[in-house]
Amino acid sequence: MAQETVLQVDNLKRYFDVSKPWLSRVLEGGGRQVVQAVDGVSFEISKGETFSLVGESGCGKSTVARLIVGLYPPTDGSIVFEGVSLSNPAERARHPEKQARMQMIFQDPYASLNPRWRVGDIIAEPIRFRKLLEGGAVKARVGELLEQVGLSARDAEKYPHEFSGGQRQRISIARALAGRPDFLVCDEPTSALDVSVQAQILNLMKELQASLNLTYLFISHNLAVVSHVSTKVGVMYLGRLVEWAETRTLFNRPKHPYTRMLLDAIPDLDMSGRARTPVAGEVPSPINPPSGCTFHTRCPFATERCRAEVPQALSVDGQNVACHAVEEGRLPEWRGLAA
Amino acid sequence: MTDRPNAPLLEVRSLRVEFETRRGPLVAIDDVSFSIAPGEVLGVVGESGAGKSLTGTAIIGLLEPPGRITAGEILLAGRRIDNLPYEAMRRIRGREVGAIFQDPLTSLNPLYRVSDQLIETIRTHLPMNEKEARARALQLLQEVGIPGAAERLDHYPHQFSGGMRQRVVIALALAAEPKLIIADEPTTALDVSIQAQIITLLKRLCREHGTAVMLITHDMGVIAETADRVAVMYAGRIAEIGPVRKVVQEPHHPYTVGLMGAIPNLGHDVAALTQIEGSMPRLNAIPPGCAFNPRCPKVFDRCRVDRPDPMPVGGSDVACWLYGEGR
Repeated sequence: MAQETVLQVDNLKRYFDVSKPWLSRVLEGGGRQVVQAVDGVSFEISKGETFSLVGESGCGKSTVARLIVGLYPPTDGSIVFEGVSLSNPAERARHPEKQARMQMIFQDPYASLNPRWRVGDIIAEPIRFRKLLEGGAVKARVGELLEQVGLSARDAEKYPHEFSGGQRQRISIARALAGRPDFLVCDEPTSALDVSVQAQILNLMKELQASLNLTYLFISHNLAVVSHVSTKVGVMYLGRLVEWAETRTLFNRPKHPYTRMLLDAIPDLDMSGRARTPVAGEVPSPINPPSGCTFHTRCPFATERCRAEVPQALSVDGQNVACHAVEEGRLPEWRGLAA
Repeated sequence: MTDRPNAPLLEVRSLRVEFETRRGPLVAIDDVSFSIAPGEVLGVVGESGAGKSLTGTAIIGLLEPPGRITAGEILLAGRRIDNLPYEAMRRIRGREVGAIFQDPLTSLNPLYRVSDQLIETIRTHLPMNEKEARARALQLLQEVGIPGAAERLDHYPHQFSGGMRQRVVIALALAAEPKLIIADEPTTALDVSIQAQIITLLKRLCREHGTAVMLITHDMGVIAETADRVAVMYAGRIAEIGPVRKVVQEPHHPYTVGLMGAIPNLGHDVAALTQIEGSMPRLNAIPPGCAFNPRCPKVFDRCRVDRPDPMPVGGSDVACWLYGEGR
C-alpha cells in the first residue's frame, strides 16, 4: 500500500451557533447556545485508500466532510491536503489548484443535479470553470466521462429527470471526476438507492478507485457498506472520533463500547440466531453533551472517571480508541459477531 | 409456522391494482396472492416501485384515486373487506387492522398531545370512558418502553425523539388490540441502534398479543431478524414467497439470488458485490413475459413470452420458468 499521506486532519473543530436571535434572548432570557458538531477530530488518509466515517445521525460525520472540501470554515484545527494547509478560506483561495483536486459526491442525486441543465452541461461545468479544455474537446471529454461511469455518450443531451436514481448518482460521479481530482469526499453516496443499485454504484466506485488511483473519504451510517468499501474506518459519536483502525481490525476486534454496540445492532443476515443486545438510550443532544466521555450515558461500563474526564485516544497496534475502560483494561473481550 | 395454515387471518387473492391515466391504465399490482396466519409475521420485501407499500395500502383500504382495486379479493378472518363502504372500513382500521408508517411525524398530529391522540383512538374503538382510556393510554406508553410515561403522556409529538415517536405510533397501532398490523418501513427513518430497539419491541409485543404483522421493508436484514415468511416483490408481482430461512439462505428466483448477493454483509469479504444490471422497469414499460427477463442472467426464450405464476420449489413458491415443466 502506498504510504504517501494525502490528507491530514488535526484537532478539527466546528461549532454552530444555534442561539435564539439577540432580541429574543434579551426579552425572554437565555444565553448563547452552541452545537459542538465536530469537536477535536484527527485522522490521516493515505494515497489510494478509502477512509470511512461512520456514526448515527447528528454525530458530525457530514460536517467533517463539508469542512474538508471547504463548504464550512473550521472553528479550529488544521486540514493539510497534499502538503498544503487548507485550514481556512484565505489559504484555500491561495491554492485553487489544490482545491480543484478534491471533489464531493452528495447523498441525494435528485437534489444535487440542476434539473434545468442538460447532463452534458452539468458534467462540463467543472471543465469549463477551470478552463481545462476548450471547444469540441469538452464534448469529447464529457462523452468519455459518461462512458467511464457506465452511461452512454449520447446521454449528454438528456435532462436529469430522464434518469433513475442510480443513473443520476453515476452522473454525479462523472461530474466529480470531470476536473481530474485525486481525492473524492463521498457523503452517503448510496443511502438514497435501492440495494441492487447500491451494489452497482459501490462496484463502480471501487473500479474507478483502482483505475484512477483515487483516494476516498467515505461517509456512511451503514456499517456493512463501510466494511465492504473501506481500508480504514473511524467511528464518530457526538462530534468525536471514538475509535479508528484498519477495517479488518475494527470489525474483528472492536474495542470501544460504542463500536461494539453499533456492530451488535446490525440485523443478522446469516440468521445464526445470535442474541442481540439492543442498546438502551439514544444519542444525547449535541447542544448540551454529557460531561466527560459523551458516551457514558449509554455505556454499560461507565464509571465516575468516565463521567468526569474526557478520554484521550490511545493507540495500540494501529488501533486508536478513546475509552477509559480500554485504557484501564476492564473491558471484557469482544465475543464476536458469530458468537 | 406452517406454510398453509388452515384459517388464515388475512387472505389476498389475485389482487390487481390499477391507476387510471390519460394514456390508459397502469397496472401497479398484478395478480398478487398470499395469506397471513394469526400471529405470523410476513415480510414483504422489494425495491422502490415494486408495489409493496401499495399492497399494504390496498389492504387497509386507503388507496387514493386514481388507484383502485380492479380484480381479486381481500379477506380478513374470512370476511371480504376490499368492497366495504368507507364507514365500515373506517371501523375496521385501527380496530382490526392497525398501521405503522415509515415517518412517525406524519402519523402523529403535531397539534394534539400524545394523550389526546391515544385516547381518541382508544375511545373510537373500545367502550371506555375518558378516565379508563387515559389509564389504558398510559399503560400502552409503558408497554412500548417510553421512560417516564406518566409525564410524557401529555407532551406533544415534537417533544419526542424519532425513536420515541415511532414507539408512540406503535402504541397507537396497538391501542385497540388489532389482530393484524401493517407496518410499512417502520424502522427506515431511524438510526441503526434505534432500529434494533424498535424491531425487538415490535417482535415482543406481537408475540405477547398474538398479533399478526405484515412487515413491509426494503431491508433484508430486518426481514431476516423478524419475519416468519417472506414475499419478495418485483414490478408489482410476487417473485418468490416462502419461509424466511429458505428465501434468505437458499433463494431460488434469480432476482432474489441477485438481491441477496447485492447486500454487503459484515461476515463475508467479497471483492465485488453481485450486480443486477439495469433497474426495475417503469409501470408503463413492463416487458411481456416475466417482468424480470431483461435483467435476468438466466433468461431463456419462454421468459420473454409467457408470464410465470408462482410454483412450489423446495418449500417456497417461485414465479420463474427455471422451475417450470419441460425445463
